[in-house]
Amino acid sequence: MNVIVCMKQVPDTETIIKIKPDGSGIVTDDIKYVMNPYCEFAVEEALRIKEKQGGQAIMVTMGSARAVEALRTGLAMGADRSIHLNDPAFEGADGFVTAKSLAEVIKKESYDLILCGKQAVDDDMAQVGQSLAEMLNLPHVTLITKLEISADKKKAKVEREVDGGKEAIEVNLPAVFTCQKGLNEPRYASLPGIMKAKKKEVKPINLAALGLPADQVGAAGSKVKVQKYIAPPSRPAGKIVTGEVIEAAQKLVKLLREEAKVI
Amino acid sequence: MAKGIWVFAEVKDGNIRKITFELLSQGRKMAGKLGEELVAVLLGSGVEKLTGRLAEYADRVFWVDDPALAQYTTDGYASVLTNLLKEHQPSIFLCGATVTGKDFSPRIASRLQTGLATDCTGLSIGDDGVMVARRPVYAGKAFIELTYPAGRPQMASVRPNVLEMVAPDAAKRGSIIKVDAKIDPASLRTTVLEVVKSAAAKVDLTEAEIIVSGGRGMKGPENFKVLEELADVIKATVGASRAAVDSGWRDHGDQVGQTGKVVTPNLYIACGISGAIQHLAGMGSSKVIVAINKDPDAPIFQKADYGIVEDLFKVIPVLTEEFKKLLSEG
Repeated sequence: MNVIVCMKQVPDTETIIKIKPDGSGIVTDDIKYVMNPYCEFAVEEALRIKEKQGGQAIMVTMGSARAVEALRTGLAMGADRSIHLNDPAFEGADGFVTAKSLAEVIKKESYDLILCGKQAVDDDMAQVGQSLAEMLNLPHVTLITKLEISADKKKAKVEREVDGGKEAIEVNLPAVFTCQKGLNEPRYASLPGIMKAKKKEVKPINLAALGLPADQVGAAGSKVKVQKYIAPPSRPAGKIVTGEVIEAAQKLVKLLREEAKVI
Repeated sequence: MAKGIWVFAEVKDGNIRKITFELLSQGRKMAGKLGEELVAVLLGSGVEKLTGRLAEYADRVFWVDDPALAQYTTDGYASVLTNLLKEHQPSIFLCGATVTGKDFSPRIASRLQTGLATDCTGLSIGDDGVMVARRPVYAGKAFIELTYPAGRPQMASVRPNVLEMVAPDAAKRGSIIKVDAKIDPASLRTTVLEVVKSAAAKVDLTEAEIIVSGGRGMKGPENFKVLEELADVIKATVGASRAAVDSGWRDHGDQVGQTGKVVTPNLYIACGISGAIQHLAGMGSSKVIVAINKDPDAPIFQKADYGIVEDLFKVIPVLTEEFKKLLSEG
């Protein structure tokens, strides 16, 4: 079975985010970039399918030159080859145009299923998987925590997380799935894996190779436009409630009732 | 000419979810500014009895009743909604950033080739009549404001419990219109085999008004009993930090944080939680934050409105008693 994994490189979740003074974006100096944590679940699941069923795990990403590092991570984990959409024209892409660009590349591949992370932890949009499915005219299931392929490889049975519980869903393949935490524990790349990854394919796709007009990619083709970045609302400084345990507890209860009015 | 603000009415356990009324309240303000109508759209099976409540808020309520819509499926809901949006061409379409809303909204936006802002915490109409959506990025470490240069309707999914729900205009009664959907069950590409509800039929973290949460300082799964007792008294839901979940003390469904759930309660009591950036990402929108931690340098105290620097095992039982006293006084 061939599994396509859509992956995004994002700032590490420990990053302290600073907004540029003109509000046009964030300060990108000194940021450590990693594979999006939810995409790691997708890569891991693709590798498990490959181990069980045979076939290839193919990574696809849209990003600047440094995204190659994240692709190498996936290749080191065990993915077979990768495709890297990289062109200045692709910058500033919203969810719609990202999905459109990925779809343009993916439709030329032969695959049985597509795995994406549920969201990227930079923009937290949680859109690309579903939009990609629409553009490829495939069904999708979001937030999967378990994936089983049928014996005839034509169907998948998944579990997904919903409010207050889980759903078990069956869908014909090919289909797109977005991966939620709990699906698996991603493996670390081994040293032999890292060495092998250096020789695996990272196929570059620029605007010309993608085959879409310039006004249908990147910021030019996007349907939403970021006007500005702003700091999170600041909270007024809090107060430490002092005193012996009983006194402090009594004071706190009183504050929550009378001052905060939440009890 | 695109006109109208449409709001998706989400049903859960036979009732309309609160987020719907939050959206209708905000929708009413925006409709006023634009001089356009406010419409609620309701899908389901046997949901006629819910239309009256929506008509208290909206100018028109479109309602679709079909057995194929009894259980949410992407294809069922996305198809019906897309067809209605294509037919009526509203300016704006809003839904909750719930599991359901987040599932279908990108599908609809792609089908209609229009813009979508997800998990918004603020919506407004700019001077040019175009919607502006404010939403968190980098797990809430920054916010962006977005607008919609192309594509209609302008779509947004909105984080529950952030926008204000106002009381409806008592004199208002919108018109209620039944729409025939004619869904072919064979066109639904996913089959829901089973729905399993979590053991306790308690309030989900994402809808809880009060949350009591435990972290590494809880030291073990059995100690969460102390938080459960407090939660019982103040009618809270119990949450956990990633440390507690990764240690196997609590279920992943209880996790609050960047890779867990984003919660927006009125009161969040963090017990033995240090306050890592990723945890703050999940509970930073809480209206009031209380931190109980014996480490005075714990970062959580930077975010908390009230803090007690003390061993949580000494404080929590006493706090539980004090709340019991307060609440029995009435």
